[in-house]
Amino acid sequence: MTTNLTKDKLAEMLQKMLEIRFFEEKVFELYAQNLVPGTIHLYAGEEAVAVGVCSHLRKDDYITSTHRGHGHCLAKGADPKRVMAEILGKRMGYCKGKGGSMHIADFSIGMLGATAVVGAGIPIAVGAGLSIKLRGTDQVVACFFGEGASNQGTFHEGINLAAIWNLPVIFVCENNLYAMGTRQSMVMKIENVADRAVSYGIPGKVVDGNDVYAVYEAANEAVERARKGEGPTLIECKTYRHKGHSRVDPARYRPKEEVEAWLAKDPIRRFKECLLQTKTLTEAEIANIEREASAKIEEAVKFAMESPFPAPEEALEDVYA
Amino acid sequence: MRKITYREALREALREEMRRDPSVFLLGEDIGKYWGGAFKVTEGLAAEFGEERVRDTPISESAIIGAAIGAAITGMRPVAEIMFGDLMALAMDQIANQAAKIHYMFGGQAKCPMVVRTPFGGGVNIAAHHSQSLEAWFMHVPGLYVAVPSTPYDAKGLLKTAIRGDNPVVFCEHKLLYPLEGEVPEEDYTVPFGIADVKREGEDVTVVATLYMVHKALKAAEKLEEDGVSVEVVDPRTLTPLDKQTIVKSVKKTGRLVVVSEDCKTAGVTAEIVAVVAEEALDYLDAPIKRVAEPDTPIPFSPPLEQYVIPDEKAIIKAVKRIT
Repeated sequence: MTTNLTKDKLAEMLQKMLEIRFFEEKVFELYAQNLVPGTIHLYAGEEAVAVGVCSHLRKDDYITSTHRGHGHCLAKGADPKRVMAEILGKRMGYCKGKGGSMHIADFSIGMLGATAVVGAGIPIAVGAGLSIKLRGTDQVVACFFGEGASNQGTFHEGINLAAIWNLPVIFVCENNLYAMGTRQSMVMKIENVADRAVSYGIPGKVVDGNDVYAVYEAANEAVERARKGEGPTLIECKTYRHKGHSRVDPARYRPKEEVEAWLAKDPIRRFKECLLQTKTLTEAEIANIEREASAKIEEAVKFAMESPFPAPEEALEDVYA
Repeated sequence: MRKITYREALREALREEMRRDPSVFLLGEDIGKYWGGAFKVTEGLAAEFGEERVRDTPISESAIIGAAIGAAITGMRPVAEIMFGDLMALAMDQIANQAAKIHYMFGGQAKCPMVVRTPFGGGVNIAAHHSQSLEAWFMHVPGLYVAVPSTPYDAKGLLKTAIRGDNPVVFCEHKLLYPLEGEVPEEDYTVPFGIADVKREGEDVTVVATLYMVHKALKAAEKLEEDGVSVEVVDPRTLTPLDKQTIVKSVKKTGRLVVVSEDCKTAGVTAEIVAVVAEEALDYLDAPIKRVAEPDTPIPFSPPLEQYVIPDEKAIIKAVKRIT
């Protein structure tokens, strides 16, 4: 366990994880009320990964994200109001309603956008790393993707390129065991995606992705390495999504015992328990953080609901810069 | 005015833009000091600018384009080279789904100022994987610009515009054009996108052609003149944006249209140009429209086969004669 984290930092991390959880619960609720157009891919259950990694990042550092990206955005510091408005297709959303749930970006905080093509963000993150190197700054890039993406050619091409050029990229594989309904063991002979790091000559590390301390520690090392110009790292976080792949998926392909075992390892519950056991935070303090997180998300929903839809003809704007 | 080759004109544009703007850099396979690009466009640039700014890459087309995108959205102006246009297929997701859509999909927050240079076209007997003309693929993707320079002057001016602009540009070159010489001024200039060039004025028929076909059309026009047919040759210079106005204006003047392109006929460059004229100037036509294009086959290897499918002067003359 990392001991150098201050009480304030830990409280902040807990609040962020709670905000993501409450946010996703709200998205699910709004979806059930038919207020969310299209589809949703919820991040609930994987909060420790985004928060554990992004807790190391400065505002000017970059991240790239995926179709399951709400958590990455919020962890990097995006405004939940504008994320929610985007998910509802509203004009006040980050992308003025042009992107939706799968394409949220906030370039003002280095959130370089979510791509919904599995694995496509990997070379883009590498390019951001190249830009950092050419500009000579000490920024870093955290590149989030799932274990499914590690079977794409872009994974191989991108990580190899980052490795040979020593680029400041932290490749964060969120291994939630399933690519849609396809279990990892059906499509990979190996158990650990991180083992693939060997073939690029870079460090690869497997961590418990439901343990925010473990993610934080692994990311700490990787971010330091990257900032010092020592090149990329591949971190594989073993985790689990609480819901199905997308809105239509009840996830019946997952054995009940498996789901229960993972729910018992809920990253937020574990974090809270640890904070209480170590007497870092009191029950009252945690309850207070929960209230604050919940209020922030309620406010986001209100903002999003009140935001107007874009005018139809705005569809023709922003094709070219 | 001095004459330089199309290849030298491209190299000059790259060199001048790299000197002018430190955010411009190059990446691609074998573009650096050992090879200088498969067609030698970047020869000597690594020596001047170093290996950091003229980067040799692995054979990883998706990563080349993806890296260009990531660099472009974070303040750089990358110019990527894809060794053969056919290999754009390997990077198609990055070009068509990522680069083209970043500005739009993220609500105008990000700019993606990047250029992908690549040679298209046949005529050098390297068969189905190194000879295609795929410009139309990119015309079909909103968010991309598509440049198709046919002369050294246009090549240099359009490449500068591409590099200085804020949008992703697919910069289509043609293998047979690299050694072609033409007049290019010493001083800095640019050629704007979306402005066609009337390469030859005429009265009887409009021939719209791009890339190497412009030169075949000009030769055909010379021969047709001997037969008393006055041909106007219009070179769009960029396919996106397409200068519909100049094409339509020419058709209104001549009343006849032949569109020539080296790509496949079906859903190709010629189809789009014909559709524009059909929508906007049908009443001005005195004869049916003719298209001269590749006959919907892969490009074959053996010289007589390849020559058969790639449009030539004779095919252009024949098409013109059928409607004049």
